[in-house]
Amino acid sequence: MAAPRSFVWSRRIFLTLLTGFVLLPVYVMVSSSLKPLEDVSGEFRWMPSGLTIRPYFDIWETVPLAKYFVNSLIVAGAATVCSVIIAIFAAYAVSRYRFRGKRLFTVSVLSTQMFPGILFLLPLFLIFVNIGNTTGVALFGSRGGLILTYLTFSLPFSIWMLIGYFDSVPRELDEAALVDGCGPLKALFRVVVPAAVPGIVAVAVYAFMTAWGEVLFASVMTNDTTRTLAVGLQGYSTQNDVYWNQIMAASLVVSVPVVAGFLLLQRYLVTGLTAGAVK
Amino acid sequence: MNTTAVPDTGEPAVRKNSPGAVRGPRRPGRARRTALPYLLLLPALLLEILIHLLPIVIGVVMSFKELTQFYLRDWGAAPWRGLDNFRFAVDFDTPAGESLLKSFTTTCLFTVLSVGLCWLLGTAAAVFMQETFKGRGFLRALFLVPYALPVYAAVITWAFMFQRDNGLINHVLHDQLGLTDSPSFWLIGDNSFWALLIVSVWKGWPFAFLIIMAGLQNIPKELYEAGALDGAGVWQQIRKITLPSLRSVNQVLVLVLFLWTFNDFNTPFVLFGKSAPEAADLISIHIYQSSFATWNFGAGAAMSVLLLLFLLLVTGVYLFFTSRGRKATDA
Repeated sequence: MAAPRSFVWSRRIFLTLLTGFVLLPVYVMVSSSLKPLEDVSGEFRWMPSGLTIRPYFDIWETVPLAKYFVNSLIVAGAATVCSVIIAIFAAYAVSRYRFRGKRLFTVSVLSTQMFPGILFLLPLFLIFVNIGNTTGVALFGSRGGLILTYLTFSLPFSIWMLIGYFDSVPRELDEAALVDGCGPLKALFRVVVPAAVPGIVAVAVYAFMTAWGEVLFASVMTNDTTRTLAVGLQGYSTQNDVYWNQIMAASLVVSVPVVAGFLLLQRYLVTGLTAGAVK
Repeated sequence: MNTTAVPDTGEPAVRKNSPGAVRGPRRPGRARRTALPYLLLLPALLLEILIHLLPIVIGVVMSFKELTQFYLRDWGAAPWRGLDNFRFAVDFDTPAGESLLKSFTTTCLFTVLSVGLCWLLGTAAAVFMQETFKGRGFLRALFLVPYALPVYAAVITWAFMFQRDNGLINHVLHDQLGLTDSPSFWLIGDNSFWALLIVSVWKGWPFAFLIIMAGLQNIPKELYEAGALDGAGVWQQIRKITLPSLRSVNQVLVLVLFLWTFNDFNTPFVLFGKSAPEAADLISIHIYQSSFATWNFGAGAAMSVLLLLFLLLVTGVYLFFTSRGRKATDA
């Protein structure tokens, strides 16, 4: 049926305002990254007085952005790979087997989702410092330590989502493989995993995005050599000057990979997230 | 719960003492089967113990100790303080207790407003975009951009917009519209609460939009057709069909949004730095500040434990009432 005029007009007005709200920071980010420093230090201008791509070259000099980029890539990538692989095994066990303690396991995994990060930060900080003091293994400040802390949020989420995904893969598929003489692991990797690829992609994208954007652990658990983008971006403010044009350029550069990845894999992530939440 | 580990075929598992079960010596294949789920779980279990269970236990122990910078290297040697850290945290006559209470009420108000606005924007956008129109796919992707952007990149842009002298917000409000007598401060003082709220809603509403859009797809078309036959207009259909059908989706969504917003550290930390202005001093920043600025980790741990107990209580009560409500409507 045709929508009444009141509905069409409300829709137009609401969606226009909302688009403006969403786009405003994006516009500021893009336009400011192309302005000379005088333009971003003085009164705000909607239109730059002169366009320049200097900030995009300067960002690599002012702070070691490339190093932070590599650090973020390693940490987020490793956290993603670890949590996805470990979650695949765990989710397969929960989805396909009955065993003592199954409910306890799923409930405790789920409940860790609600805990504040700050709750884990202090003890993990102490554990890392003490392991360093007693064994000489420098977890504190290392990439490995940071990867481990990132698993605190990516692992429960991955397990939780993959259980839902594996449940939606028909049991008959892997049962047939078992009957054909496949071992359970072979059935998992030959049958269940390929059938759940969209779910696994969704989990991986989500884990990577959250690790890439994480600030709390990154700001406490890193040092000069292991600093990630989340902390590194603060380096553009010096005592005398804040290089806002460079901050905006750097923000754009660090956002492009995740936003592009997100838009490419959006369909998987959207169905994955909502399958988990709507069920 | 079942006591034997067998592939879950959806049928009741064979009990050990049931007449049909073979009780003879176990064949190797069967023994492997029994252990298999545990073997598969082993990596996850070990990690869960290391990154969740152990830190929680240590956090609780920490909250009973006098853990200052002197004991950081060997925290086991820190003196036992019993409940002193908790008394310190919740003694509302002292500055420390008073500021914790203030931070807690700020966080509650902030969370209610932020979750409410995110839900409202998300629902409105999803409902308006339920039917296809030109440019719908593009808008949908656009609306997800705040969600996809890394927190620090997005929030730092907002911080720039809220700058007093060179920010967009004051330029519009003061220079262009003339609404304020002088440029306002947004990142210090009372305005900071509203600045934080705007950023939080901007970042959070697309998630609500996403989940509600998925919920809308599950509403059968026949319901709308029946509604139209009964003479319900679009607005009435939204009120009578769409919103009630979203009930169970909303229950999950609100809980998740509540937990994320209440625990959010990234947004205030990037917007304000290590210490937030009093008006926007969210609880996670407050605990961080109490622990790392004054090196009083014992008190910080006590606050974390209190926060955890509060979240458990709220979630428990929430789940109790929503699941009861669900049963009542199902019956």
